[in-house]
Amino acid sequence: MLEVKNINKYYNLGTVNEMCLFRDFNLKIQDGEFVSVIGSNGSGKTSLLNIICGSINVESGNIYINDKDITNKKDFKRYKKIGRVFQNPAMGTCPNMTILENMSIADNKGKVFGLGKGTNKSRVDYYREQLSQLNLGLEDKLHTKVNSLSGGQRQAMALLMSTMTPIEFLILDEHTAALDPKTAEIIMELTNKIVIEKQLTTIMVTHNLRYAIEYGNRLLMMHQGTCLIDKSGAEKDKIEMDDLLQMFNKISIEYGN
Amino acid sequence: MGIIISVFEEGIIYAIMALGIYITYKILDFPDLTVDGSFPLGAAVTVALITRDVNPYVTLLISFAAGVIAGICTGLIHVKLNVRDLLSGIIMMTALYTINLEIAGKANVPIFTRETIFDNDLVNRIFPEFLKDYKKLIIIVIVALISKILLDLYLKTKSGYLLRGVGDNSILVTCLAKDSGVVKILGLAIANGLVALSGSVMSQNQRYFDATTGTGTMVIGLASVIIGINLFKNMTVIKATTAVIIGSIIYKACVAAAIQIGISATSLKLITAVLFLIILVISRDRKKKVKANA
Repeated sequence: MLEVKNINKYYNLGTVNEMCLFRDFNLKIQDGEFVSVIGSNGSGKTSLLNIICGSINVESGNIYINDKDITNKKDFKRYKKIGRVFQNPAMGTCPNMTILENMSIADNKGKVFGLGKGTNKSRVDYYREQLSQLNLGLEDKLHTKVNSLSGGQRQAMALLMSTMTPIEFLILDEHTAALDPKTAEIIMELTNKIVIEKQLTTIMVTHNLRYAIEYGNRLLMMHQGTCLIDKSGAEKDKIEMDDLLQMFNKISIEYGN
Repeated sequence: MGIIISVFEEGIIYAIMALGIYITYKILDFPDLTVDGSFPLGAAVTVALITRDVNPYVTLLISFAAGVIAGICTGLIHVKLNVRDLLSGIIMMTALYTINLEIAGKANVPIFTRETIFDNDLVNRIFPEFLKDYKKLIIIVIVALISKILLDLYLKTKSGYLLRGVGDNSILVTCLAKDSGVVKILGLAIANGLVALSGSVMSQNQRYFDATTGTGTMVIGLASVIIGINLFKNMTVIKATTAVIIGSIIYKACVAAAIQIGISATSLKLITAVLFLIILVISRDRKKKVKANA
């Protein structure tokens, strides 16, 4: 279970540009939920993810993972239980290392990075098998450097790498936004498959309303640091594209953006 | 013939230092100016120990350790105190100048009459007469090769992967639940260890310590790395570490050539700077550094 409680987050605190993003914001995510988060730019979607992962600090409030307060835990310690895929495909892989090296380094998450061999030869077949399910032909290019791969290929790898080791939470930060429609579709399918297979509690920020409706079992619509819509289960299944579009229109008329 | 041998000797000694710069500049993408202080640190530690009759080979290890400590300090300043990379190096470099003087005792310490790794009973007994001229070179090559092979092996370990990962994409390392700051400190430690080792060998080669020898070390190292890497960038068979060593020899040869055609030794630093500028412009290395992978 993941919970944020009474979060207050300001930007440019103490200056004339001071902006309050979250005021006493609360959110509880149960185990096994796949939450799609939508909302206009600046609504706090990515900030929420950053707060959960510890990339940014909050002014006050607490963050809990499985009822344990992690508010003051450093980001890298939180990632023991969290996997994350970013919008930028370059952020999920090491460009100057080969595919095999990238897979090896990801496979070792949670273990000691000591003086043992970097690539475990007996795992190579497993990596091949993992890569082959992407249908991108990456399994035959194990010794190619990742910087010669396309954005879609890299993002697919980033997704595989972030979910390779046992984790509890998966954070997806607009992970299909930089991809062409067809590749985005493939990545989304793969995401869904992995989430179901590994039973990951997932938060997916997306601008693609169709993905938000089609995938996941809970939908959040955020605006200016609050949740306008929060539907799960059967209620979520009833939501249609038009409802969301109407909501977007409404808030843009009300708040003039 | 004498000139060629001395080019190789000095080139390969500096190559050990360049291997360190390779770690910071190429792998970590960290412009580490500490080397201007850790190179003479190795020399200072060495003369201090040799004048106290410590075995010259042991001084190599202790110098390496001293460099490691210097690197850790730079890393801590950068990571824990949030000082910018360039400035952390400058702070340590400045501090090391005094520390080096303290260790060595004074600004210029000769060790002409003492045993060195090149001149002791054991070495003099092993080397046959006909190899006498190459004695130094052979010992230097052995030290450099050991450093290179150990570094190559290290970069293939899990820890080595992580080190390369930090320079490549520190966010990924964070997502792997590892503190990228600690990995950076580790890289700086190994790098400066190698630099100090190089300084130790150099002081035993020249048989004196001079507090000012460090100035410009960084530039020499960078030039060597850039020459080597760019020369062999299309040859995947040649390892980067090999390329760096060759780059260092080429660089020394260029400087030697400049002196041969009559440029005075006093303008050596100017030659160094101009050569470095030319290399930078030709290789366009700085331009590429502006996040080619973003």
